[in-house]
Order: sequence, then C-alpha cells, then structure tokens
Amino acid sequence: MKIKKNIPLIDQHDKFGFWGGKFGGNFIPETLKKPVEDLEILFKKLRKNKKFIKERDYYFKNWVGSPTSFTKLENLTKQLGGAEIWAKVVSEANGGAHKIYNATVHCLIAKRAGKKYIVGDTGAGYAGKMLSMAAKKFGLKCKIFMGVKDIKRQKPNCDAMKKNGAEIVPVYTGSQTLVDAVSECMRYWVSNCDTTHMCVGSTVGPNIFVKICGWSTSQISRELLVQIKKEFGRIPKKIKLLNCVGGGSSSFGFWNEFMHYNKKQVEFIGIEAGGPKKSKRHAAPLTYGSKIGILHGAAQYVNQDFEGQIEETESISAGLDYPGVSPIHCFLKDTKRARYTAATDEEALSAYKLVTKYENLNPSLEPSHAFAEAIKLAPQLSKNTVIIVNSCGDAHKDRDILKQRLGKF
Amino acid sequence: MTISPISLAFKNCKKEKRPALITFTVAGDNTKKNSLEILNSVAKYADILELSFLHNCPIADGGQIQNSTYRSLSNGTTLKDTFLIAKKFKNKNPKKPLILMGYYNLIYQSGENNFLKNCKLSKVDGLIVVDLPWPENKKFAKKCKKKSINFVQLLSPTTSKERLKKIIKDSHDMIYYISMLSTTGGKLKVPPKKILENYSKIKKIDKNKNCVIGFGITNKSIKSFKNSDGVVVGSEICKEITRSLNNRQNPVTNVNKIVARLKNKIL
Repeated sequence: MKIKKNIPLIDQHDKFGFWGGKFGGNFIPETLKKPVEDLEILFKKLRKNKKFIKERDYYFKNWVGSPTSFTKLENLTKQLGGAEIWAKVVSEANGGAHKIYNATVHCLIAKRAGKKYIVGDTGAGYAGKMLSMAAKKFGLKCKIFMGVKDIKRQKPNCDAMKKNGAEIVPVYTGSQTLVDAVSECMRYWVSNCDTTHMCVGSTVGPNIFVKICGWSTSQISRELLVQIKKEFGRIPKKIKLLNCVGGGSSSFGFWNEFMHYNKKQVEFIGIEAGGPKKSKRHAAPLTYGSKIGILHGAAQYVNQDFEGQIEETESISAGLDYPGVSPIHCFLKDTKRARYTAATDEEALSAYKLVTKYENLNPSLEPSHAFAEAIKLAPQLSKNTVIIVNSCGDAHKDRDILKQRLGKF
Repeated sequence: MTISPISLAFKNCKKEKRPALITFTVAGDNTKKNSLEILNSVAKYADILELSFLHNCPIADGGQIQNSTYRSLSNGTTLKDTFLIAKKFKNKNPKKPLILMGYYNLIYQSGENNFLKNCKLSKVDGLIVVDLPWPENKKFAKKCKKKSINFVQLLSPTTSKERLKKIIKDSHDMIYYISMLSTTGGKLKVPPKKILENYSKIKKIDKNKNCVIGFGITNKSIKSFKNSDGVVVGSEICKEITRSLNNRQNPVTNVNKIVARLKNKIL
C-alpha cells in the first residue's frame, strides 16, 4: 500500500471506491446507487468548473471568512519549553468550526442538483449548525438528525440550528449519539433521495461523501501553506501537524496540501478520543487497533465485537464520539504517512485549562484532545521544531460540560 | 440439474395461479424459542420464509424492524443462534425454502467462506444482503451459486434500465423488487398501479425470472399484487409481535393469524 505522488489523495481509490484496496467503497442499498452515482458525476464536473470554483472561493472568503489566522502561542511555548507551538485558529470561521466548509460546498452542490431540501447528521452539533446556516444562506430547507444524548449535551448548537430555521430530528435509537444520527439520516435519504440532498458531516460514509468533505476542508491546509511560508520564509525543517480525529474531516483538511512532503519534515499526528480514563470504552479505533468493518456504507477500522455489532463509544467530546473513522485515515495509517494516538477525557480537560490560562484562545473539547498531545510532546522536542495545532472548534458549545467538570467557563 | 427449493416454490404457486407469500421475521424476536415457533407455524401459509440476522447499525430498516432487531439483540441473540434457529426450522421443514437476510458486516467478520459454510450446515436456501449491491456483489454471488445458495439481487425504482438488464442477467432464481423509495415498513406512498408498471418492465427483460415485490405490503395493499410472482410481508409481522407483547398476548398465535389472513387475500 503506497500513496501516489501528484494525484490528490481523495482520488487515489480504485473503481469500486476503495483506498488501498480495502478502505471505503460503497456498501449501500440498491435504492441509493443511482443518487450516489448522480452525485459522483455532478461533483466530478463541478470540480473542474471554473465558475463553480470561483463561487466556492467567493463564499469561503466573504462569508466563511478565509483565511483564518495562524498564530504563535508564545506563552504556552515559553511555559512548556522545547518546540514552538502554533495554532491555526479555524474556529474563527463563520459559525465557529471547520464544518462550515463542507456545509457550504454541499449546499452549493445541492443548488446545482436542483434539490430543494438538504439533510445532515451531527454529533457535536457543529455540522448541524453550519449546515443550517448554509441552508438558510442558500435558500434550502434543512433537517438535522441528532442523537438525544447529544441534543442534551450540546444545547447551544441546537439553539443555533433552530434559530436558522432547521428542524432537529431527535434520534432515540441505539446509543443516541452520532453513530445513530448518521444511520437515521441515511435511512431518511433512502426514502427521500428524489427530492433531497444529503450532507454527511465528516469524511465518512459512501466514497463520494468522503471525497466531497475532504475536498472542502482542504481549504484549511491551502491557507496554512501560504501562511507558513509567509511566517518562516520557507517550510521549516521539522513541522508536526496535530489534529483531533473523530470522523476525520478537520485533520484531513489540515494535512492535505502537505501530503507529498517527507514525513520527517512534515509529520501528521492524529489524536483520537480515548474516553474517560477509567472506562474501557473509547472512540479511538486507529489507536487501539480495531478491526476493519463496514459502517455507514464504508469499510474502515471500527469498534465492534467479534460478530460485527458496532460497539458503543464514550467520550466527553461529542464531535469525536464515533466508533469508526474515515477510510482515508485508515489509508494514511496503513501507509504510515500519519500516526495516531489518543487523549483521555481528563487529558483534554487539563489541556483546555492550560491553553485558556496562557492564551487568548478558547478551543472546544475536540481540539483540546490535540492540545493535550502538543503539551506532552513540546518539552521533549528541540527548539527548532514547530508544532501546529488545528484549533478547529470554539468551546462555546461546551460551556455546560466545562462548567460541570471544571467549575467555570 | 435439480431444481432449487426456491424455484420449486414459485413453480407450485404458479400452478395454483397465485403469488408466492414470503414472510420476513427477525431472528430471535421476541425470544429464540418464539422466533422458531413463529417460523414453524407460519410455514403452513408462507411459501418462502425470510429470517434476518441482526445488525445494530441497519441503514435501510424502518422503525418496526428496528424495534424487533433491538428486542432480539437485547435478549442476547447472536449469529450462532440465528443459524441454530434456521437449522432447527429446516430439520422440521426440509422442503420449505429459508432465506437469510442482513447486512454485509456480519458476513465480512465471519469471512465469506465461513459464513457460507454455516449457511450450508443449517441448510439455508438463499441470502439477501441489503448493503452489498451489484456489481460489488458479483464475486460473492458467484460463491453462493457454487454452494447452491441463491443470492437474491435487489432492484429499486431508482435502478436504471441498463442496470436492470445487467443485474437480472447476473441474478439467480429470485429477484426482489423494492416497491418504492423507502426504508422497510414505510406507508405505501406509490399507487400499486405504478409499482406494477415497474414490475412489468422487469418481467419484460426476462419473464422467466421470479420477481417478488416488497416494502409497504400490508393486509390492505396485498390484494393489488395478486398477479405478481410473489409478495414479501415483514414490518406488518414485526408490528404484530410488538402489539401482542404490549397487550400481553401470545405473539406466535397472533402472527399465525395475520399470516393466514394475508394468505387468504391472495388465493
């Protein structure tokens, strides 16, 4: 298994949609074959369409607010000693997280496809919030599927969705989190694929959804590449790009433009959710060596029992609380281009505390997992190493959990 | 070459000038014992029986079947139990075709060959895999055929004509037409006339293929499909089990009654 040069990673799959011959694919009911194929054809066309690209860039710049800033965390660096710590503050994007890129592109595609309705899933509520914002902006009717447990723990984002005129469909099945929301959203699409466009909230799902999402979030690394060159005059000799990984949309977008650099120069480190310290449950299939299985239409490493039932996950961070992971990350793991590790709930909370103490930054619980790893790594590294953390979400949505766990927000 | 039990079932129904009645139940619903008893008792009316093997992330099941699956999983039903139920049923009803239906991950985790070996040991006659569409299923369907297990191809209203032709060409003794854009058990949102129009298109491509119609088939709608090769009833049965449990009645006798009633409507 090898990554090819000069071909975008999202296109390095075979004719059945598998990366590395075994990750991804299209494990979908017959009814969805046609809508998925239509979407593949349309996306292939739009990607090459200059007018479409111009439109995307226009909205990214004027509505999403690109580029988001790239800034050195001076105090944290001084405090920890060792490597320089920088942040790409993607949470500055309109709505407060990277999910806006995928949501915007999906709405633009839905418009081109002549669809009037758009549906999506959400865990932390960011994918839902952004989709509701974009749907409102582009005049689409929007439904968001969300697990009941997540509705309770991410109230601020739910309020935002309602304010944008979206309908939140509570999902009561299974563990009542993201995994069930995605299933329910797909079931809804099976029944309404003639009138409705589906936006999968991360780089997961049938092949085409992985591609569209990855293509959209890659905006992050396009900006970063320019910003690094401007700050350092070149690409420094040792960079480590740290990003939390749930489904894997922000991390893929954060890394994509650096794919062809030697990993000794630009290393990718993905941080999964290790769950509570004392719990056996986690949401870290890559770190803990889960087996390959089929979830939501794609083959991937996924937490499951010996028989193939998907296991319940546990994490303080709703956005990372997913038993599977993008097929593209499975491919990056097996080709050894990226390495993956996990941070526990407790580690993420302490990282949040430390970062907010020293910096004017308010990362949500998802990127706090990545900061936990940065805090661990920095003191062990030389001063000429540059750690960059994607601060991909804002903690506003986590205020209830933070208040409860840390006594303050 | 000997004729498969599935083909034979359709042949017998044609002699009687009626569609085949195909029931769908969830393995282990509401208990392992009742699940087997339901199969044994409805075998009197049903021509082919479908039994689902459980998966807890079903992306195409409607509410009724999800409830049944959840009930059965909470009772601890495993894939091994499913094969055991199938085996016991087939031992008692050796000539009645039994088809297992489910999602690919369970087959993938077992290993395709091992899964088929277990199908053979339990004398299962056919397989429906919801999330393994054509052409992805070509290899596996061939493996099934080698073992004389029918791989049932699915067709839907969104399947293009070109695709219909290719899938039908690769199909075995039975094909399954999904009547409408829906998960299982949705209300029939398309008039039966429209469904039958699509059905005729399929039959025109190959009139010798046995094509059954499923999704949204209830006591009310079943009559409209009297001239088809077969009809599948699933959610209606799962719903009856739920209703019986809520009213503290015996699900086995109640399911038997509604299947008898369904059969009467197509005689």
